[in-house]
Amino acid sequence: MNKTISQEFLKGFWEILPPFKLVLGLCPTLAVTTAVENGIGMGLSTTFVLFFSNVIISSIKNLIPKKVRIASYIVVIATFVVIVELVMKAYFFSISQQLGLFINLIVVNCIILGRAEAFASKNPIYLSAADGLGIGLGFTLSLILISSIREILGKGTFLGMQVMWDSFEPFAFMVSAPGAFVCLGLILGIMNLFPKK
Amino acid sequence: MEYIILAINAILVKNILLAQYLGNCPFMGVSKKMETATGMGMAVIFVITFATSITWFVYHYILVILQIEYLQTIVFILVIAALVQLIEMFLKKLAPALYKALGIFLPLITTNCAILGVAVLCINNEFNFLQSLFYALFSGVGFLLALILFAGIRGRFEISFIPRALQDTAIALVMAGLMALAFYGFLGIDNSLQALMMK
Repeated sequence: MNKTISQEFLKGFWEILPPFKLVLGLCPTLAVTTAVENGIGMGLSTTFVLFFSNVIISSIKNLIPKKVRIASYIVVIATFVVIVELVMKAYFFSISQQLGLFINLIVVNCIILGRAEAFASKNPIYLSAADGLGIGLGFTLSLILISSIREILGKGTFLGMQVMWDSFEPFAFMVSAPGAFVCLGLILGIMNLFPKK
Repeated sequence: MEYIILAINAILVKNILLAQYLGNCPFMGVSKKMETATGMGMAVIFVITFATSITWFVYHYILVILQIEYLQTIVFILVIAALVQLIEMFLKKLAPALYKALGIFLPLITTNCAILGVAVLCINNEFNFLQSLFYALFSGVGFLLALILFAGIRGRFEISFIPRALQDTAIALVMAGLMALAFYGFLGIDNSLQALMMK
């Protein structure tokens, strides 16, 4: 049993690592990764929502009628998103200003609804919890990776600290919208170089 | 005049797909074929306009009066989900041809972040009702425009040589980046229009 929990947990880090292997949740990935701080904030918020919605949905899966399941999942997810929204506004005001609209949009992040439908509605609670945590942390790591590249090249800083040499000309393209698409595409290409098992 | 600027802004300058990063999942998902791209784009225009007008009323006449604005996210997503179901039922009865054309794209729209995103943006920007309606409609048009252009480009991929690792989504993302760069150029239009307004 222990082995399966760790398997479900670890698969989120490579095998179906979002958003690369699982091409879902692109909007937050593109929008918030202009700075590492925002990437971490978004990743951890998503992890929180994913973990709790997976646990709740998995525990009430037998009570939900099949026909209204998607609507029920959305209500569960939206509840946790409101919690995140209020907590962020109270304790991390500057990050919540930066993320803005995209905190509300965690509701429609397809990763969360996708995991609820594909995993939590079919598996017991402890496996769903491991799955939610694994995928969430994998997503956080991806966001940190992309936002590091974009922040270092685009602003010459990492978490707000200067890391590039003084004469470094910031590559403003990387922090704008077009740079986000190109950067994500190239990382995906590099990941595809490693053959699937 | 104000509405013309709003329209140009929503379609070209602040295109929801390419400049505001909204609705990217369907953008990657349905842009492989021209027919699916058109279907999805039409469905989005339809739902985004309805959803934004309804959520505007819900926000200003229910949530604000009851002072429960913090429930915005839950209420909006429920309104959108219910609306999509309702539109689906209506279309099935009243306009079977349209229903067939939109097909499976209608239910998928609930989780399209462009819909919820535009609804929330209209509230955040404190638009009045008419502005919200226009903004939503033209955002939808911008979505359709970007989606159709992109599907056209993606069709060309099939006959061109692409390195193995970059195939499919990877090259599509890079391509979207180049398209976003082209749309970035419209920022100049916005500035000159604003200047024109000032005169």
